[in-house]
Amino acid sequence: MAEVATQTAHQDGHHDHEEPSFWSKYVFSTDHKIIGFQYLFTGLAMAIIGGFFSYVFRMQLAFPGSSVPFYGVVSPAAYNMLITNHGTIMIFWVAMPVLIAALGNFLIPLMIGCDDMVFPKLNRLSYQIFLLSTIVLIASFFVPQGGFGGAWTSYTPLSAKAEYNGTPFGAPLWLLAVTLEIVAFLIGGINFITTTMNARAKGMKLYDIPMVVWMIVIASILFMASVGPLVAGAVMLFFDQVLGTSFFDPAAGGDPVLWQHLFWFFGHPEVYVVLLPAMGVVAEIMCTFARKKLFGYKMILYSSVGLGILSFFVWAHHQFISGVDPRAAYLFTTTTLLISIPVAIMLFAFIATLWGGSIKFNTPMLFAMAFLGEFLIGGVTGIWLGSSGVDVYLHDTYFVLAHFHYTFVPIAVIAVFAAIYYWFPKMFGRMMNDTWGKIHFWGTIIPFNGIFLPLFVLGASGQHRRIYNFQNFPDLASENFQDLRIFATGSLIVLILFQIPFFVNFIVSLKRGEKASRNPWKSNTLEWVAPSPPPHGNFGDELPVVYRGPYEYSVEDREEDYWPQNQPPQAAARS
Amino acid sequence: MAHQIIATSRSASGIPTGRLAVWWVVGSEIVIFGGLIAAYLLNRFLHGSWAQSAGHTSTLIGGINTFWLLTSSFFVVLAHAASEKRDIRTTRKFLWLTILLGGFFMLFKTYEYAVKIEGGYTLFTSNFWSFYYTATGLHGFHVLCGMVIMAIIAERDIKQGKNWHRVENIGIYWHFVDIVWIFLFPLLYIAK
Amino acid sequence: MLEKLVPRGSTYAADIDLLFDVITYLVGFWFILVFGFFLYCLFRFRRKAGVKAQYITGETHKQKMAIEVPHYLILGCDVVILIMTFFVWHKVKIDMPTPDEEVRIVAQQWAWSFYHAGQDGILGTEDDIATVNELHIKAGTQYKFHLEATDVMHSFSVPIFRLKQDAIPGRIIYGHFNALDTVIGEWDIQCAEMCGYMHGGMGARLFVETPEQHAEWIAANTPDHLKTASIAATTTQESKEDAKNG
Repeated sequence: MAEVATQTAHQDGHHDHEEPSFWSKYVFSTDHKIIGFQYLFTGLAMAIIGGFFSYVFRMQLAFPGSSVPFYGVVSPAAYNMLITNHGTIMIFWVAMPVLIAALGNFLIPLMIGCDDMVFPKLNRLSYQIFLLSTIVLIASFFVPQGGFGGAWTSYTPLSAKAEYNGTPFGAPLWLLAVTLEIVAFLIGGINFITTTMNARAKGMKLYDIPMVVWMIVIASILFMASVGPLVAGAVMLFFDQVLGTSFFDPAAGGDPVLWQHLFWFFGHPEVYVVLLPAMGVVAEIMCTFARKKLFGYKMILYSSVGLGILSFFVWAHHQFISGVDPRAAYLFTTTTLLISIPVAIMLFAFIATLWGGSIKFNTPMLFAMAFLGEFLIGGVTGIWLGSSGVDVYLHDTYFVLAHFHYTFVPIAVIAVFAAIYYWFPKMFGRMMNDTWGKIHFWGTIIPFNGIFLPLFVLGASGQHRRIYNFQNFPDLASENFQDLRIFATGSLIVLILFQIPFFVNFIVSLKRGEKASRNPWKSNTLEWVAPSPPPHGNFGDELPVVYRGPYEYSVEDREEDYWPQNQPPQAAARS
Repeated sequence: MAHQIIATSRSASGIPTGRLAVWWVVGSEIVIFGGLIAAYLLNRFLHGSWAQSAGHTSTLIGGINTFWLLTSSFFVVLAHAASEKRDIRTTRKFLWLTILLGGFFMLFKTYEYAVKIEGGYTLFTSNFWSFYYTATGLHGFHVLCGMVIMAIIAERDIKQGKNWHRVENIGIYWHFVDIVWIFLFPLLYIAK
Repeated sequence: MLEKLVPRGSTYAADIDLLFDVITYLVGFWFILVFGFFLYCLFRFRRKAGVKAQYITGETHKQKMAIEVPHYLILGCDVVILIMTFFVWHKVKIDMPTPDEEVRIVAQQWAWSFYHAGQDGILGTEDDIATVNELHIKAGTQYKFHLEATDVMHSFSVPIFRLKQDAIPGRIIYGHFNALDTVIGEWDIQCAEMCGYMHGGMGARLFVETPEQHAEWIAANTPDHLKTASIAATTTQESKEDAKNG
């Protein structure tokens, strides 16, 4: 699919020099846009796999024991493998590659007015390692005894010994895939940070950088600073699995809780690693469609930095009841409730941006606004869980599950759709159909709430996660509960069916969509200065020069309600 | 592809791009080794028996290896100084001397491993030894990578008198590898 | 609110439920306020012909205060939640009341073993009653539990008690509960930590019993040669009373 898409996208563009071969143009290209597309299409393909997994295990929960169409009967081992890899795929192979790698690669050079990343070959290497990790992960589903089923957190000692997890090949391959993926993103992240620090257009000062670029850079730094201990832990766990050391085996003097610390020290900042780029996407779209300057640019920026720093001190709130010293909960409850403040400041500032705007509800804007609304639910439900006293009850229930899906689905699904609808004209030179986009929007948002609102109720009723059949627990087997489960599953199927219009719209628009002008949304940032789609080298011979910040919309005394970053001030006097 | 990319030549922050990237690489490596060392310390404090195991590491070989690495760091500084003067011969000489000392380090490391395994202290003897082999092995792998990259720089870039800035960049990395050893040496060899 | 979904079964369940409710009211208030304001903005500032958007930077002192002030209030709410949380947490996880009875819980892949103290009320003696996937406790009695795991991590979760505690192989973790006599009957125990193949089937049943029922159960499960005279006497007396009542 990737080849077809990029081929049409780039059928015009290279006239100046000899036509490179298909392979060097699309597979081994060092062009940041092509690498961005490679990440995007790999991520979307993985999203289909992850989505299919969720369909299978939701069907099993709604109709336990019956044969699931397109899959068959779900055994307990298969159920564990499906939920484990659903989580792993959605976070490491969908949210990260699409939000950080695809958008980062496509947008950063364009938005800072540059012709490519500073290390194009390193960039290609990053994708190749990522592709390898994808292949390893998919291979791990098909090895003898099946894929890894120890949950995406892969707590030791379950994940460390094949005698416990029953997947002697699946578990090490899973771990190898995750580690390779992390290496790919470390390399990619260094590229993003260095590019933004050094390759900005002439005149672009720090506060002239568009918010989404800032957010991707802060996310990359956060990722880099938090993932190290997990890499060390992964090496140790891999030795435990494959060589037979006992770093995490208590029987031989190892410490099983150590893994939890290493994992969550990364795992919690990881939430903000994917959240921040999504917030950045929403900021760009919101300002364009509300014709408003971003409310409190510096305040949002500093809040996100504060959020990043605080996120290193909250990890143990995943471990309140895990047997670490219970007194630690005092500290981690405090930091967890404190972290609500910077997130709330960012959300408030976003909502304040709408005030006094002139809002046009095109598809990207609808998705961006849905992100704010749904993420608000995800954010506030975190307060119950951050309070250790309530977490004793709610920990590892469906309440937690619903809570983090209300954060991750807005991030990895809603914000991603917003970004695709918004930058599609720039990526492929054509517009997507807005009516079908709106159908897709409502068909995604309504069933999304239909899936997860009932799960809050089930979680508060004491239903735990990662259980393949609730009929095994008499208190949870009641018909009312089963109806809620069936309702959630039904909503999921509706949601999945409503993704068909999106894919059809996407593919049809690639070929037959209305031709996009350079700046179809009348936006200020530099990517809209380049042709749609931008050729290799992006801006042609003359790279843009920046004169002002990215959100100068509806400036008083100006006839036009936008003021591109690269427009010289004289032009203002003329208008 | 065909045309030179402008991005690489820009320097909005005032720091050359290559050096900036090396610093970020070092930053991400610091947290990796930081995680490993923190895990080691946690275990070391929890288990009294670890100090006993540490008694069987060879402080002498560790000390000699510290000497090789510190001296090699000195040579890489000299290589950098020579590269500032664009002196191809001297730069290459000091780069190769650094690689040679790195080679000594690896040689002694191999000997040390062989003696330990001979003496019955393998990766599986106890968790202390698992940590010992993992930490020193990971560090040795970094030394090896540094040596290979340095050889490539000496033979492909400096020989032809281009990409002089790479000498400084590999120097930063080499110092980092050195500093990791400065942490590992007392933790694994001296503290008994 | 929770008690409408799951009955309160332990002495600290009401505290956790109260904390849950307080958070619900505080969070609910802010959520409705912010969400309402959000929807109002979307409606009020929709695009109208001829109306230009305003130019607001959000950088002036007054505008910054508009964001800051609500956050002092939110911080205040956070402090209320924090203080309540500290009290609840202390009661559930830190405080260890003097136990009347002790019980040893051993989790393994994929079953629970329970070691009841038996008729002498002391763990580790010959008359301990070991059961698999059945925990029998006496309502209104302060229990201390010893939680162990033999292979991987498990988690001992009793929804009606609002209690959850991970079991870590190689360690013994202590905790406590005291069942209310309003929940006499049979309830679920779940494993709440992914523990491998049959994690989804690793349930047990909790039997909350009246002192009489409990004594009867102990008597029925104590081999005759271990029965002390007094216990034997009480049980015969109780069965007589039961017969009378029946």
